[in-house]
Amino acid sequence: MAAEARTGGRGKDANTGVLVSSRRRSIRSAVFGLALLAFAVLASIVLACCVGSFPATPGQALGALLQAAGFAYGAPVDPSLAVVIVDIRLARVVLAGITGAALAIAGAAFQGVLRNPLADAFTLGVSGGAAFGASLAILSGLAGAAALSGDDRALPACALAGALAALGLVLGLSRAGGGPLSSLRRETLVLAGIVVSTFLSALISLLKSLDEESVSSIVFWIMGSFQGRGFEHAQLAWPYMLLGALLVFWRAGELDVLSLGETQARMLGLDAGRSRLWLLFGASLLSGAAVAVSGVIGFVGLVVPHLVRLVLGAGHRRLLPASALLGALLLIWSDVLARSVLPGGAELPVGVVTALVGGPFFCLLLARRGLASGKNGGGRA
Amino acid sequence: MIRAHNLTCGYAGRAVLHGVSLHLAPGEFAALLGPNGSGKTTLLLALAGLLPAMTGKAGSDGGVGSGGAKSGGVEIGGRDLATLPVRERARLISCVPQGATPPQGYTVRELVRMGRFASSGFWGGYGPQDEAATQAALADAHCLDLAERQAGELSGGEFQRVLLARALCQGRSALLLDEATSALDLARRVEAFDLLAAQNRQGSTVLTAVHDLNLAALYCPRLIFLKAGRIALDGPTTEVFTEANLKDIYETDIRVAPHPVTGAPQAHLVPGAQPHSGPAAALLG
Repeated sequence: MAAEARTGGRGKDANTGVLVSSRRRSIRSAVFGLALLAFAVLASIVLACCVGSFPATPGQALGALLQAAGFAYGAPVDPSLAVVIVDIRLARVVLAGITGAALAIAGAAFQGVLRNPLADAFTLGVSGGAAFGASLAILSGLAGAAALSGDDRALPACALAGALAALGLVLGLSRAGGGPLSSLRRETLVLAGIVVSTFLSALISLLKSLDEESVSSIVFWIMGSFQGRGFEHAQLAWPYMLLGALLVFWRAGELDVLSLGETQARMLGLDAGRSRLWLLFGASLLSGAAVAVSGVIGFVGLVVPHLVRLVLGAGHRRLLPASALLGALLLIWSDVLARSVLPGGAELPVGVVTALVGGPFFCLLLARRGLASGKNGGGRA
Repeated sequence: MIRAHNLTCGYAGRAVLHGVSLHLAPGEFAALLGPNGSGKTTLLLALAGLLPAMTGKAGSDGGVGSGGAKSGGVEIGGRDLATLPVRERARLISCVPQGATPPQGYTVRELVRMGRFASSGFWGGYGPQDEAATQAALADAHCLDLAERQAGELSGGEFQRVLLARALCQGRSALLLDEATSALDLARRVEAFDLLAAQNRQGSTVLTAVHDLNLAALYCPRLIFLKAGRIALDGPTTEVFTEANLKDIYETDIRVAPHPVTGAPQAHLVPGAQPHSGPAAALLG
């Protein structure tokens, strides 16, 4: 890619036709990449439904899924296997997929709005707020043990409310210095986010120490897992995720302009303050809804947009959909790993898997990127 | 085109401009000059609608003669800039900011196309018209050879050319430039000012803040000198570009001689003159 750019720079006689066709080529390769990712997600849904204590072949899984959808496809599948595949595994795979997509879109949006490549839902205390809301629900018995058996909706509702309340608190704190809500400085926002985040995690620790009995369920919930989650959780989360995703996708062009900084964004005709508020709201809905149904899952929101940016560039019209697909892919397979790696049906929290896989991967990414930018710096001088 | 009347503005309660009144007629090509910290950038930001006028502190000096009834504001085409929607304002005024840093992860073409943001539709997409405007702006600013490069990998001078292209892409009716050629080499600087002059001949109103006195005198028919937040001099280049005026504003010895080719007045520094005013003088050449 760099070599291509260099030859392009040398060729002074590069004419309009060549440039327009190269632009078309770049659009075409982006569309091709997105189609490839979408296909990978669809294939992963089928393959992830095969894994478990009651294994199935991909053909059986595809048959069961298509037959459940009303298509006459393949040989009839054993009804009990079909139930396992469709009602248990598919529900979980779908939930993992939309959660991964939501976390990745939210991460890309947070990073774009705050112009900080290390930002995600944790930075502004949104994840912390959701975790605190859930802990409170568990402690107060509002959710109780029923939350873990999967038929209680009080816990997700509390988590979502906590996420939005944390965002409100952060915005309020940033405004404490005065001025309208639309003229917040991102440095102030990040500082307020860190303050709120730290305070909330202290509160969660306090809750844990207040009630020894609920410690294990709080801890388990905070680590993030899809164990025992089903379609009803997906049903609860998707409207908020869809709303948040629409808000963010609609403002993809604004994210590009925001990356130039406040002054230039306003020069180009963007009401930067208002745009940032809407984007933060959308991203908080996404991550709040994700945390509400799956607990706190780290690294997806951080790593996925980074990875996509390395390949496709920072243009958010490509970055957002590609991040969504890659996030879905990552979380579907992390969940497969989480529920299959331990013997005897025991499960790892999926948050642990993403952190274990994501951490070293991220280090690798940083190291390679460091080398690459060093090279560029040398070239520039 | 753009009219500032009795404009007082600044940052965090500290006024930088004190009651500045200025009228740029459509099709004018003016340079904004003055020592460091005289308020050039602040004035450009205010004229671009990015810095609101301070209320209740309107100065009384300098506000005479422009006849407007309102106190302390900027108008563009007779409309108050403070109440004009941001998008509409961005379609009327294009800017090249000072000290911008290139964003990471965007190609030059994508960056220039962002100039069309204010013209993009409800869903924010860019259409064939936007692509054509982008291409034309890249061509006019001599940036076609940079188009597919990463903006983050450009040199300082290359990035300035790209910012100029983005301003052209944004719109050409009024161009406000803040030190838009400071990192360019001599040939590129002449190229950029030739481009501005050509745009001006096609009807653009151009106001450019610049430290290079001679470049301003060579190209701009009108010079506006700021000093300590007030307009010190404003008039046709041939009238205001005199040794006495320049000595007065920059507080160092300056000689003026005609340009050997065009005859435009050109300033020459005198070494060792009045060392106490060193910092401002050092930037003149």
